[in-house]
Amino acid sequence: MEQKPTSAALAVRDLSVFFGANEVLKRVSIDIAPRAVTAVIGPSGCGKSTFLRALNRMHELNPEARMTGEIRLFGDDIYARNIEPVVVRRRVGMVFQKSNPFPTMTIFENVTVGLRLNGVRDKKLLAERAEQSLRMAALWDEVKDRLHAAAISLSGGQQQRLCIARALAVQPEVLLMDEPASALDPLATAKIEDLILELKSKYTIVIVTHNMQQAARASDFTAFFYLGELVEFGATTKIFTSPSQKRTEDYVTGRFG
Amino acid sequence: MQIVACACAILVVTPLVLVFYHLIKLGFSSINLAFFTQLPKAVGEAGGGMGNAIVGTFILLGQAALIGVPVGVLGGVFLSEYGRPGINWWIRFAADILNGVPSIVWGLVVYALVVMPMHGFSALAGGIVLGLMMIPLVMRTTEEVLHLVPGGYREAALALGVSKWKTVLQIVVRTALRGIVTGVLLALARVAGETAPLLFTALGNSMWTNKLTQPISALPLQIFNYAISPYDDWHRQAWAGALVLLFLVLFINISVRLLTRERWKSKT
Repeated sequence: MEQKPTSAALAVRDLSVFFGANEVLKRVSIDIAPRAVTAVIGPSGCGKSTFLRALNRMHELNPEARMTGEIRLFGDDIYARNIEPVVVRRRVGMVFQKSNPFPTMTIFENVTVGLRLNGVRDKKLLAERAEQSLRMAALWDEVKDRLHAAAISLSGGQQQRLCIARALAVQPEVLLMDEPASALDPLATAKIEDLILELKSKYTIVIVTHNMQQAARASDFTAFFYLGELVEFGATTKIFTSPSQKRTEDYVTGRFG
Repeated sequence: MQIVACACAILVVTPLVLVFYHLIKLGFSSINLAFFTQLPKAVGEAGGGMGNAIVGTFILLGQAALIGVPVGVLGGVFLSEYGRPGINWWIRFAADILNGVPSIVWGLVVYALVVMPMHGFSALAGGIVLGLMMIPLVMRTTEEVLHLVPGGYREAALALGVSKWKTVLQIVVRTALRGIVTGVLLALARVAGETAPLLFTALGNSMWTNKLTQPISALPLQIFNYAISPYDDWHRQAWAGALVLLFLVLFINISVRLLTRERWKSKT
């Protein structure tokens, strides 16, 4: 049975991204459902990371990058002339493949850094938001007694959950995750996946992954990219059991990629 | 082959040992409290010190830091965080040439630009010349340590909706702060011993000075003046001054070593 998202959190229309003369994303149109997990899969170099980064304008850090098309975040054009990328990124948070807590800061400072650098001074609010975000990232019980220890004293899996808490603390509407568990051991990976399932009650999540099982376990919708094109998009169960495209089937069954 | 290499390695260390041996042998006997607190005495009078020259060196270094640190650090920030390859190439090229300009040329330039318009030698001119010499040194080391900050930290901050300048200042510079301080200290150590550019600017002074518009003494200047004098008393003072200057530079270098070692500790 085909499940179609109704009103989209992110409505992407004819999105093309170029790096110099190289077209890495070709006229992609997709509706990302709110409060659901959308997995983006595909072989290396298929444009899935670029797609993710275009959703909060992070691809613009590359001075060669150029885009055409339109992306609407709950109706707002995020590429409109008067919209600053900074504003977009506050609404669309991001977690990276390699955990990157700031090494000069404590756990508490890391969680609240987005708020503090955007001018929040209220100590009570910062403390509240820190606890709330760490709880949502399932890290609170492990760090509540050492909030003022260096962030880099945490284990790899804890550091990644700290990065998720840091992204949640600014209360984004959408959370983008670029292979968030690929550098972690199976136990830490399972924790991150549980966390993703928890978070989707509140957030719209888009996750890029190389791990087919992870996409199948953790996501509601799956988009398959190949050579910069969106080959197929639909409910995860359908993509993994009865894809309509031959290339999708070959990829999810491990025949290439 | 190994023997030749070993001999060369010993040859590298030998001058350092000789310098220390000579300075301590000839200078240590003149070092006492008066040396650090008193003014130089007239020829023939025993005792006296280089108090004014020691204070003068610190005043000159302070001024130099006020000029060299902000300009050098911000220049390095520009090269690492904002510049484009084309303009960066020119700035680096200019900085590398400036690093190679003989110090006496710096002295002449500041003589023409500051001393002549002000109609007199001054502490200010001395501070300016040392500050100008620090700029390219600080700029290149700042750029290098900022390049060592992983791009992931910049991305993480920008993805939180933090503006670029706050990311640069609060995340990138803060992460590299120890390295930047190291670069500043090394630049200070480098200019602390400069003599030639001070001859045309700070000039030297045998009295205490509290005005930046008057000539001021500095350790290298005092050493120079005493060393070329015909008096044995002054020669001994010169050796003592050289010993103090050497220890000042050594102290800065050891501080740098401690700073960089801490950095390794916190990383592991």
